Amino acid sequence: MATGSDIGRGRGMTDTTSRPIDTSAAQGAISADLPRNPPQPALGLHRELSKVWANDRGLWGQITAVNHTTLGLRFMATAFVFFAIGGILSMLIRAQLATPQGAFLDTELYNQIFTMHGSIMMFLFAIPMLEGLGIWLLPKLLGTRDMAFPRLTALGYWCYLFGGLIMLTALLFGVAPHDGWFMYTPLSSAQHSPGINADVWLLGVTFVEISAIAAAVEITVTILRQRAPGMKLTEMPLFAWYMLGTSAMMLVGFPPLIAGSVLLELERAFDWPFFDPARGGDPLLWQHLFWLFGHPEVYIIFLPAAGAMSMIIPVMCRTTILGYGAIVAAVLGLVFLSFGLWVHHMFTVGIPHMALAFFSAASVLVAVPTAVQVFAWIGTMWKGHPQLHLPMYHILGFFLTFVMGGLTGVMLAIVPFNWQAHDTAFVTAHLHYVLIGGFVFPMMAAASYWMPLISGKQRVKGLGEAAFWVILLGFHGTFFIMHLTGLLGMPRRIDVYPDNPEWIWLNLTSSIFSFVLTIGFAMFALDMILQLLLGKRERRDPWSAPTLQWAMPLPTPSYNFASLPTARHLARDADSVILQLARGEGALAGAPRDRRELLVTSVGAAKPDHVAILPGNTALPLLLSASIGIFVLLMLAGLYGLAGAALAPVSILIWYWARGMTPQGDLRPVEIAPDLVLPVSHRATQSLGQTGLIAFLVANGTLFASLLFGLAFLSVVTPGPTPPPAEANTPATLFGIAVLSLSSVLATLISRRFSQQAAFAGALFNLVGLAAIVLLALTQMDNPTIHARDALRAAMAGYLALHLLTAAGMAAFTYVQFARSEINPTTGGAFPAWRAWQSYTVAVTLIALVVLIGQEVG
Amino acid sequence: MRKRCIIVAAALLLTGCDGNLSTLTPAGPVASEIALLWWIMLAGSGAITILMIVLVSLSLGRPRATSVRFWTHGMGLAFSMVILTSLLAVGLWIGERILPRDDGAVAVQAHAWQWGWTFTHEGPDGVPVETDDMIHIPAVEPVDVLITSEDVIHAFWVPQLAGKMDAIPGRTNRARLQADEPGQYEGLCAEFCGIGHARMRFSVQAHATWPPDLTSDGAEE
Ligand code: HEM
Ligand SMILES: [Cu+2]
Ligand SMILES: [Cu+2]
Repeated sequence: MATGSDIGRGRGMTDTTSRPIDTSAAQGAISADLPRNPPQPALGLHRELSKVWANDRGLWGQITAVNHTTLGLRFMATAFVFFAIGGILSMLIRAQLATPQGAFLDTELYNQIFTMHGSIMMFLFAIPMLEGLGIWLLPKLLGTRDMAFPRLTALGYWCYLFGGLIMLTALLFGVAPHDGWFMYTPLSSAQHSPGINADVWLLGVTFVEISAIAAAVEITVTILRQRAPGMKLTEMPLFAWYMLGTSAMMLVGFPPLIAGSVLLELERAFDWPFFDPARGGDPLLWQHLFWLFGHPEVYIIFLPAAGAMSMIIPVMCRTTILGYGAIVAAVLGLVFLSFGLWVHHMFTVGIPHMALAFFSAASVLVAVPTAVQVFAWIGTMWKGHPQLHLPMYHILGFFLTFVMGGLTGVMLAIVPFNWQAHDTAFVTAHLHYVLIGGFVFPMMAAASYWMPLISGKQRVKGLGEAAFWVILLGFHGTFFIMHLTGLLGMPRRIDVYPDNPEWIWLNLTSSIFSFVLTIGFAMFALDMILQLLLGKRERRDPWSAPTLQWAMPLPTPSYNFASLPTARHLARDADSVILQLARGEGALAGAPRDRRELLVTSVGAAKPDHVAILPGNTALPLLLSASIGIFVLLMLAGLYGLAGAALAPVSILIWYWARGMTPQGDLRPVEIAPDLVLPVSHRATQSLGQTGLIAFLVANGTLFASLLFGLAFLSVVTPGPTPPPAEANTPATLFGIAVLSLSSVLATLISRRFSQQAAFAGALFNLVGLAAIVLLALTQMDNPTIHARDALRAAMAGYLALHLLTAAGMAAFTYVQFARSEINPTTGGAFPAWRAWQSYTVAVTLIALVVLIGQEVG
Repeated sequence: MRKRCIIVAAALLLTGCDGNLSTLTPAGPVASEIALLWWIMLAGSGAITILMIVLVSLSLGRPRATSVRFWTHGMGLAFSMVILTSLLAVGLWIGERILPRDDGAVAVQAHAWQWGWTFTHEGPDGVPVETDDMIHIPAVEPVDVLITSEDVIHAFWVPQLAGKMDAIPGRTNRARLQADEPGQYEGLCAEFCGIGHARMRFSVQAHATWPPDLTSDGAEE
């Protein structure tokens, strides 16, 4: 009955569907399975692996940890703490609004509090929580031992923690951001928000977003390249599909926000007028960049939660998921569509009438893939036999809440209604229905479902169910009538309403229920804590689930699998493969070479490709993020010169980081199963690092595209004054441009040759290009403070300069590897990375020059 | 039209949905159209919510044979598409009817600043008249408000007369509103604009005769 093809679709325990399960593909996979390794004593393997994979002892061990289980849990725990802080802030908001003349907070503080509530919930709770879930769960689900780039996981965590702490500290000192979580400028400009409040947001959030990009890169690579051999892309567990969609959206969605934040910070710090209408800038450019991120953000938050539900519902219903293919199609549709809707947050800014109709239609359309998923889940429940375990309660809470939030979302997509409801309590109600319904309820389901893997314990009966009911009551009591409050005209983000007695009973009711809601969340937290402290031991695979994460002891060991599952293990109850894997019968058993190893497979069919050697515990991520943190603090302090100098330690640490990837030690091929010998990563044709670099370049390309978008937007849409004529001296400018393009082309051509001299010449050419662009900027380009177009050109020049500098650094790095004879034609070291970066650099340089010249000529 | 408004208004009074900022007690055709749209959407959403609750409740029983396509294609695609496209059509149709158009409607200016409003309309002698915190418009006929901002982004909103429109520095936006009867209405700034945002209110005086004679202090009605 159970076959290879239904992994991830849930095992057909009491499968009553008429739908036959296709066994042919699975049979094919099984016959092509890897040979079995001989069994070994499980305890010996456990000791051998633990020695290699475990964290160091004590506090130092926490500092140097790079393991995905440790970091995933830490991400989630930290996010939960931020949820609690954001929750306390929301209580302050509700206390203030309980009465019309709340004298409890003054307006300045109130503004800081709702801004911090929104920003914390979005950037420091929701995003890190889903990153943590992905980091913690994916390797277990896909049958591997860690994420692709363990040090990057740790770096992401520290950046998140430090960025979050900076923002919290600002709140303690009363200088927190106060312009709302979308930071509309000119309100957030230097003129209207003097002081560091807005800088705290721009720099803090950008610092935190390093972790989002890092997580997106490694989640993409892990899903594409680290699935158990035989786990085809088209058959992987749905959670992996959802996370793949999420990470793709993060790679494309976050760069516009980062671009916008950098530009706004440049405007605030150096008076480059990107958003100043008096000097050719445009406040709407900020809104476009923000919502180009902000709308996908909503789906970035929803998709992982939906992925968790697609895993949990079939297990709770003792059946397989209904409509696997339709769900995958819906996820892909959502990823695509969600980038075409951002304007629905801007229906009142005065955009042309056709654009309104287009974005309204697109926003309505995006409900279709969501509906497909919701109905597939309900269909799954129909064909199965839902059992009301605690996770199922939260899933029912999800259905009720999220459906209502989705419906109000569709209402808001209808332009005339949007004009009335926009920026009122109606929107506040809608967004909490979607975020709490579509994220918090599923996350509570996920917590109660996966907790045994974390704690190894059973929960204490009763409390969780009680918490659910209190939360459900508190939530709807708080937010349901807020729809009405909004329709009665109450705008969001106000602290007093002395002239509107008709809003009093509504707000008072919301405030009272919000305390019920908080009590509910406290009970939920208590339930988790009690389970950790007092729970009885849980047996393995407590839910009789089919996916791989249950095929390991509880709580999970640091290395996940003593031997890696292969096609034959995908087919089975977790229970029945657990022993085989623990005895080393899967691939790549134990850690005989005394280093962290895992199997890398091909993207589509998951054929074994090579063995990746992962770095061990190290404090480098902490050091690097701390040095970035120093840069951020110096920027906040307005010490821009020192901040520039602080980039030196950052670059040195990055150099050391890269040195850690140098091919060294035992580079002989590894026998992962009898007669199956694979090369190690340093000798692989397409290593994890190279796939990761491609993912990163996708994000980087989106950042560049955001700058181009800005340039086009300012010259086509913005009504402001035309820029003063260029002051450049044409022959000198043309000469500089010629040197710049020639040297970057030459650097790229030479990077095709694998030799020490080529690396040397490459570094040199890049430096010449860098010198050309710096001279152009200093002597030829117009003063960037005069007009927004010149400011954007200067920003573009800065972007290119940074890329040329990095390319020079990478060429120099490759040169050093040559000089030390660390690399050769079979072991390329940093060479392929330099080559890829160099190609990217020349591409953006030439595009930027063509656009610039086109703008001048046209 | 008028009858429906009265019925709706009566129903609302009973439920306490009153208030001079309520979008549910519209006082002009633009706001009425939108309120009607809201009631249609509320009814539809209520029905869909109940349908979903029923579907989920029914699933809680014993397992049953069910077809995949019914859920993914039937409900997921067809059902949702039908509902959504009809709603979109209604939305576009209503949107079309309330859109400002170039029909020579009276135009008045609204200029927002931190934190207050300056309004300008044409006086009886053709000279522009400036007023603070009270905007004057003609009643019964459509009016275009030309909205600008001095400093940051604000939004002009008179819930009983029409939807809101942002005041953005560097741009002029146009909002169309219409009051069924002469009288006073309330408005506010809807886009967060800093410390004074909550208090950035204004009033609307709709006049039976236009241009109005302000010397009699609005006592004409
Ligand atoms: C714990 C229960 C929660 C309560 C009682 C609550 C309450 C509130 C209230 C009253 C406001 C509106 C303030 C105003 O504009 O007048 C607000 C804003 C907001 N909330 Fe929540 N909230 C809760 C949880 C969440 C969660 C879980 C998220 C996101 C995952 C979230 C995201 C937001 C955002 C983005 C805003 C907008 C902030 C802004 O206007 O800048 N909230 N919340
Ligand atoms: Cu959106
Ligand atoms: Cu305002």
